[in-house]
Amino acid sequence: MVEPLLELRGVNKSFGVVHVLHDVDFAVYPGQVTALVGDNGAGKSTLVKIIAGIYGRDSGDYLFEGKKVEVHGPRDVAALGVEVVYQDLALCDNLDIVQNMFLGREETKGIGLDEVTMESRARETLASLSVRTVKSVRQSVASLSGGQRQTVAIAKAVLWNSKIVLLDEPTAALGVAQTRQVLDLVRRLADRGLGVVLISHNMGDVFEVADRITALYLGRVAADVPAKDVTHSQVVELITAGRSGDLGIAENPATATV
Amino acid sequence: MSADTDTASPTPAASGFDRDNVQAATIGDSAREYVNRLRGGDMGSLPAILGLIFLFVVFSSLNDRFLTTYNMANLVIQAGSIIVLAMGIVFVLLLGEIDLSAGVAGGASATIIALMLIDYDWTWWMATLAGVAVGAVIGLVIGALVSMLGIPSFVVTLAFFLALQAVPLRLIGSGGSLRFNDEVLRGLSIKNVPVTAGWIAAVVIVVGFAALSLWRYRSLSAKGLIHEPLGLVVLKIGVLAAVVLGLTALLSANRAPNPNFNISGIPWVAPVVIALLLFWTFVLTKTRFGRHLYAVGGNAEAARRAGINVLRVKIMAFVICSSMAAISGLLAASYTGKVSPGSGGGNELLYAVGAAVIGGTSLFGGRGRAMDAVVGGLVIATIPNGLGLLNQASYINFLVTGGVLLLAASVDAISRRRRSSAGV
Repeated sequence: MVEPLLELRGVNKSFGVVHVLHDVDFAVYPGQVTALVGDNGAGKSTLVKIIAGIYGRDSGDYLFEGKKVEVHGPRDVAALGVEVVYQDLALCDNLDIVQNMFLGREETKGIGLDEVTMESRARETLASLSVRTVKSVRQSVASLSGGQRQTVAIAKAVLWNSKIVLLDEPTAALGVAQTRQVLDLVRRLADRGLGVVLISHNMGDVFEVADRITALYLGRVAADVPAKDVTHSQVVELITAGRSGDLGIAENPATATV
Repeated sequence: MSADTDTASPTPAASGFDRDNVQAATIGDSAREYVNRLRGGDMGSLPAILGLIFLFVVFSSLNDRFLTTYNMANLVIQAGSIIVLAMGIVFVLLLGEIDLSAGVAGGASATIIALMLIDYDWTWWMATLAGVAVGAVIGLVIGALVSMLGIPSFVVTLAFFLALQAVPLRLIGSGGSLRFNDEVLRGLSIKNVPVTAGWIAAVVIVVGFAALSLWRYRSLSAKGLIHEPLGLVVLKIGVLAAVVLGLTALLSANRAPNPNFNISGIPWVAPVVIALLLFWTFVLTKTRFGRHLYAVGGNAEAARRAGINVLRVKIMAFVICSSMAAISGLLAASYTGKVSPGSGGGNELLYAVGAAVIGGTSLFGGRGRAMDAVVGGLVIATIPNGLGLLNQASYINFLVTGGVLLLAASVDAISRRRRSSAGV
């Protein structure tokens, strides 16, 4: 087995009396798409926010490339090379694609902005992702379709030579053709050797691109399995009941913990 | 699941992005693109320019003194303080905020400048610095209250609008006024740049602009990046040259109504406004701070996630606005020759907001340029100037200016709706 790029071991997280994550182990492998699935309230967003450094952990280890690291905020995580593409995209409509991709990390030359370098690098990144759907890198983001916006948001994450990209419901608001584009892009990211985490409710998307599936059930990891070893209905059972045949949590934790 | 995609990293030219090098390659394409932008609701300064032409046609047909060079020079001087105030307001409007106190902040700063000149015998530049510093401090406090406590800027600046009126009233005293007759500062309004120096400056501006645009065109096209067609670049240079050289020629002629006197040259206000315009245009379009300002105005949450210090950007915008207000107050005092307790408490602020909005700056944030203040300021200044020549009762002036402000805000709101539906 390949060494995981990023690994969480035995992570617990509570908000007040609500114990949201119980001893969660989670791993992201280079060159693979790991799908994180689970019902609403299973703890997916909390786990993502812990990985992104927005929330701290109550206990458990955060390992990057096999070494324990201390993360105290989103900046530490970004410095490791982990980028999160949130559902609401976080793009500025009034700026163009290049300006958005370099937002907050603009290249400068002397006292002014270095537009030449920024535009060249933005093009290279989009080209390396084989993005052909955007007409011009200087068009404003407001004029883009949902799929194109998602593409720009992902390209922005890739621009910084990141090693891991987390995608939060990237296809939730997209049509069929645009979902196709984004899933292709997700696959290409993994083929470039990045670790990709795909959070999705759509089993079709998950089975199409994921190499591994991690299912969360009521804050516990119900299963962490290669995608080819499970079927569609097994994953649905893992999400809704926490177990499916041999897979899953031994007994129902909802009754066990009370 | 092929591993070969990462080894074959295609060059930009081969990637399908080469298309946009040809995009807008001709003037015709650029013109079509511009029309599309207009249709999509991105009007820019066009309404202001049309409005300016309309006002010029109306006023010049009603009164033949309107188009005299004497009156045109007057118009430039009157527009100066409005333009400078509007330029400051653009910065807070870019964030989607408002500063209602900018007018009185200018009045308070002008009071300080006058006091320093009269009571303490400071030289003009020290007094000016003191005035701008007062403006900056006012902006700092407003910005801190808005961004740190989260009070709506409308409320904070309304409070400052009321409170700051106390400053000149306390320092000058009710009914009094301070003379403002410093050689240099008063000279901003009543003296002119020597004709030769004016011509040299005009030529330097035109040549500088031409050189910069052509150099930019060359470096962008050499790297295969998106650029305007050469024809458009040349056209822009031509328009700028015509405007700058034309105005210089106009203002260099003797414009005294009485032929026994000689009044000629560009009023000193103009170079001050042009210098501020160039400086702030550079800041807005070529620096990180400017970029961050647009980002915060467009989507503050996105800016925050991108690691931009939103708090600092907001505070800086208010500091810039109030500092520009101080300069505007100085220009207003220079024009009237005095500072009175009511200075800056009248129409100044609404004129300036109107100027910025008419010029094309959006009230909803994220859109605006320093140039908008200049174009809009000229429109706003033309109204009282022209109406004054027509000897209209002053109530008409209020009605017309209010109507123009409302019209501009409507254009802004409608074009914003069109933009969101057209997605431009």
